[in-house]
Amino acid sequence: MRLSITNLQVSFGERRVVDLAELAVGEAEIVGLAGDSGSGKSVTTLAVLGLAHTVGATVSGSIRLDGAELTGLSHREMREVRGRRIAAIFQSPALAFSPVYRVGSIVHRALRLHGMTRAEAAEAAERAMRQVLLPPGLLDRYPSQLSGGQLQRVAIALALALHAEVLLADEPTSALDVTVQAEVLELLRELRDRERMSVLFISHDLAVVAELCDRVAIMQHGSIVEQGPTSQVITAPASPYTAELLASVPRLAAGAGQ
Amino acid sequence: MTSPEGAGPAVPPGPDGTARAAAPEPEGAAPGMPPRPADATRTVDAKPEETARAGTARPGDATRAETPKPQETAGAGPPLLDVTDLAVRFGPVRAVDGVSLRLAAGPFGLGLVGESGSGKSTIGRAVVRLVAMAGGQIRFEGKDVAALRGSALKRYRRAAQIVFQDPDNSLDPRMRIGASVTEPLIAHRIVTRRLAAGRARELLAEVGLDPELVSRYPHQLSGGQRQRIAIARALSVQPRLLVLDEPTSAIDVKAQARILRLIADLRAGRNLAYLLITHNLGIVSELCEQTAVLYLGRVVESGPTTELLSVPAHPYTQALRSAVPEVDMAARRSRLILPGEPPDAARPPPGCVFHPRCPLAIGRCATEVPALREVRPGRQVACHRAEEVLAGVKTGARTSSG
Repeated sequence: MRLSITNLQVSFGERRVVDLAELAVGEAEIVGLAGDSGSGKSVTTLAVLGLAHTVGATVSGSIRLDGAELTGLSHREMREVRGRRIAAIFQSPALAFSPVYRVGSIVHRALRLHGMTRAEAAEAAERAMRQVLLPPGLLDRYPSQLSGGQLQRVAIALALALHAEVLLADEPTSALDVTVQAEVLELLRELRDRERMSVLFISHDLAVVAELCDRVAIMQHGSIVEQGPTSQVITAPASPYTAELLASVPRLAAGAGQ
Repeated sequence: MTSPEGAGPAVPPGPDGTARAAAPEPEGAAPGMPPRPADATRTVDAKPEETARAGTARPGDATRAETPKPQETAGAGPPLLDVTDLAVRFGPVRAVDGVSLRLAAGPFGLGLVGESGSGKSTIGRAVVRLVAMAGGQIRFEGKDVAALRGSALKRYRRAAQIVFQDPDNSLDPRMRIGASVTEPLIAHRIVTRRLAAGRARELLAEVGLDPELVSRYPHQLSGGQRQRIAIARALSVQPRLLVLDEPTSAIDVKAQARILRLIADLRAGRNLAYLLITHNLGIVSELCEQTAVLYLGRVVESGPTTELLSVPAHPYTQALRSAVPEVDMAARRSRLILPGEPPDAARPPPGCVFHPRCPLAIGRCATEVPALREVRPGRQVACHRAEEVLAGVKTGARTSSG
């Protein structure tokens, strides 16, 4: 397993918000973590990134990346992991890019921070842009000149350029238009197959999870109430909570097929 | 870009600042509607002309309001709202470029779907006069909305209400819920302050909330509850037309399902007509008889929702339809991936605005703007090749099998 989480507990003072028995992501696998607002999905992301302390939470349990324990690492050691070995993309790509720098300079700086030379960074950035099907020329633009879908793909390109072992994707398509969302989902599938990328995909949207993920874990009140192969969880949910979530998804008119 | 979709038009406010001036002060500023006949006793300003709608139309109204139009599919009477050739500009950006829509009297739902920058939210705002029109006409019960002034405008503001995507921006954080809900009632002198408290509790109950919440503040409520409050406030003045601008996009999926049920209940209980603006095709499928699909400020296709979604006649509708993720494996289809991004509305491409991304584009599409025309009874499409699309022509677009 690339990423394996066991007995993870995240608390704010006395209040435990995550109590997660087991969750793992294998190589070339997309695993969905789905649930309502407040179910603890995003706090789990922060814990995996070693950032839970920044919101005042304490973490216990085990988070292993390729077998090596992350929870005991110092902040300095964790910085080597975060961004490079575990990359993350978030709901609003616009907030992830400083508006005053060109996209390319943001990408280059991140690559150089993680040890590349100037020349290596430039080359890696261009190659990664092509991998996410963007013209490298976009690197010369400012973030405001790119669409949300393009920026999200640049964020994914950064993860590729750094050869991240795991991509944490926290609601990465929730702010995108549906046709753009379809493109980003298609890209994630391609990267899984072509680059053997591992993705933990966090979403409230079960329809997206159902289409994209190989396996899915359903989270409620900080715990996983059900997990398994996506088709099984979706077609025969074992937990009433999963069934309730599924029933909440608006459906297109019956028979609306071509 | 915190919520690109819900912010509506992906166009900056014009130099005249119209969009910006309109946006931050949504609901409290635009309440209002005349009472339905049944409510007349409770109100202080039932105006005689409101009875026009009840059937005893005044002579002046009859000719223009009841001119029958060809594709009236629901409701035999005159339309409640009749938008003709609407145009809205923000500086050089043609946010809405010649849109015509008709909304029958309630209960009736018209869905406006499209992506960021399609102009759908701007249309909703123009309808409630939050943005200025650059051209065209909006008629409500036969009256020209742009020409309304003074007390007639005030009555219109009661008759047509809007609910925004993000209830956090439409509820004053310093006002208790009860005060927020009844603010429009007091502003329109429909009830006195003394009676308002009781009315607030009734309204909360109507939207499925505990009446005791009147004494709370917005931050003490969940997002779904706050959106119900926003709906209750819009309903307080008994509107006949509700513009719902992405009403569930900012809340989670279970709360969304409850809000959708609430809209369905209100529609029946209150005889509501609404313009439902959304990017979610599943929502129009559940709540709207008719749907109009927008692309870059224009209607590319409109018609009965079920038919439009099951057999799209425009390649863009087809792509939009195929991009919707489906929970049911059986309902999934191979996906049409549109190349490129929607064009800049300040510099729309010549010919059909969709042609640069269209998998079916031919030479003619780059030069000749396709007119919106009827291809089947009640179905209008702006595409040179609509007949072929309906016949199921293969698009040759990049597809994926999800």
